[in-house]
Amino acid sequence: MFPAPIQKRSNAAQITYQAALPIAMIVWLLPLIAVATFSIRPESDFAAGNYWGAPGSFEFFANYGRVFFDSDMPRYLLNSVLITVPTVIGAVALSSMTGFALGVYKFKGNLLIFFMFIAGNFVPFQILMVPVRDLTVNLNLYDTKIGLILFHIAFQTGFCTLFMRNFIRQLPYPLIEAARVEGVAEWRIFWFVVLPLMKPALAALSVLIFTFIWNDYFWAVVLTQGPDAQPVTAGITSFNSQFRAAYHLMSAGSIVAAIPPVLMFFAMQKHFIAGLTLGAVK
Amino acid sequence: MRSEAATLERKSWYKRHEIAATPWLFLVPGILFFSIYVIIPIFQSFWISLHEWDGLGEKVWVGTANYERLLGGDRKFEVSFWNNVRWLILYLLAIPAGLFIALFLNQTVRGIRFYKSMFFFPFVLSQVVVGLVFSWFYLPNDGLFDVITGWFGIDIKGGVLGNPNTATYGIIAAGLWPQVAYCMILYLTGLNAVDPEQVEAARLDGAKGWKMLWYVILPQLKPATFIAFVVTIIGALRSFDFIAVMTNGGPFGSTRVLSFYMFEESLSEFGFRMGYGAAIAVVLFLLMLGFILYFLYSMWRDEREAR
Repeated sequence: MFPAPIQKRSNAAQITYQAALPIAMIVWLLPLIAVATFSIRPESDFAAGNYWGAPGSFEFFANYGRVFFDSDMPRYLLNSVLITVPTVIGAVALSSMTGFALGVYKFKGNLLIFFMFIAGNFVPFQILMVPVRDLTVNLNLYDTKIGLILFHIAFQTGFCTLFMRNFIRQLPYPLIEAARVEGVAEWRIFWFVVLPLMKPALAALSVLIFTFIWNDYFWAVVLTQGPDAQPVTAGITSFNSQFRAAYHLMSAGSIVAAIPPVLMFFAMQKHFIAGLTLGAVK
Repeated sequence: MRSEAATLERKSWYKRHEIAATPWLFLVPGILFFSIYVIIPIFQSFWISLHEWDGLGEKVWVGTANYERLLGGDRKFEVSFWNNVRWLILYLLAIPAGLFIALFLNQTVRGIRFYKSMFFFPFVLSQVVVGLVFSWFYLPNDGLFDVITGWFGIDIKGGVLGNPNTATYGIIAAGLWPQVAYCMILYLTGLNAVDPEQVEAARLDGAKGWKMLWYVILPQLKPATFIAFVVTIIGALRSFDFIAVMTNGGPFGSTRVLSFYMFEESLSEFGFRMGYGAAIAVVLFLLMLGFILYFLYSMWRDEREAR
């Protein structure tokens, strides 16, 4: 283990380390803590210039209540859910198929197709923007959730294929051969042999894609406008213009917008990190 | 009868070619989606960049005029390009910073898992939220950052984001926050897999501290470093959300980067200039292509070794 375990060091070193941990954490999260304290302050604090002193009163319920009952925030949140969930399902479904094809079979062009998916996943969004926007407008899907979902599924398929293919590569290949010898049809091998073994990958990808799509902002402003279809990342800007300079409400709104992926992360931490760090260890 | 015979024949054709045909059947939907929305649009952008187009009417062929204008002294383009270079260089700080935090947290004391999660936390937030959080953190006079620098007698005129000399750096610092968290988690995973026998052997040979890190640990962390490098480069060139949320390109256009300038030109309120926007996107794409080819080459080398 590196660095050497702190338990092997002197008592003083251990105590210093234990004390340094929470201090470092607070410094690291300072911007966030600042916003969290903003969101429970009364409006009068900001008018009086009391940004960092003790809050004049505890207005948690009032501030968050206004976010939920006095703005379009719930609609934006619902839009985000309605965009994110189908995207996760679509991208995971498509990529478990492509990953299976590229991970199990040897054929001409395998590596080429695989690298096409990886390369596409790295391109800057802006090179796709004009044609994708044009396509979406022509399909009559501009400013609809479907338009956004279709694009997200397609784009995420790149990363998901990379992930799935590498995961399937690690599965024991003799299992598939054994099934073939038994005369099991190929699609049944996929459904009954490979898919059940891919559960950890499916879970990891689902939480990752959920977070990526929930947090997307660029495509939300390119392909949608207004509260009918816009997800919460884009909605927060109009929310902020509704409550201009009302820091207590803007910060409460931002925290609400951030909560779903945060919950997802804490609930599925192991899968989330396993997904993000795939390939970090040989 | 006839159709039954046909299905039988089709079935037997499929049966005969099952191993060869199955992968393609599985690939069709994915390739179709990916081609329509990702591969083909790349080429379309090249094509559009040779035109003048408002996004609605006819495209007018202008040849390389867009590029000539872009590279022939467009001030906004130059500012954006150099800001991109700043992003690229400074964003790479996320890698050593992430390694540093990972080394700090790689212990087995009580509650360490909680601390690891908390340090990783910023990565889960959307860039929009991080951008907003930091723009309030940087508020002139009332923001916590200004209060703290005030203690040391530093006063940035107009606040960090209101001052053209500091604004880009302020945004990059905000961007580094989640990126450092990402690199940290990569290195924590890497450190977890470091071979303890090698470490012990090196320790017996008297290696410790920096020497140990440089000669024994870092070589074993190479895969983690590679991924950290890839995601950081891509992240630096994709920076859009932070700029859109924190400064909208200002003050005086000093925080524009290519991705933002492209968006501005294509969908600006003064009329859509899709052709010119596409040309900017092509330049950004070519810039990225160098890195993409390098990444692909490294991955391809690993693939060959694995066979």
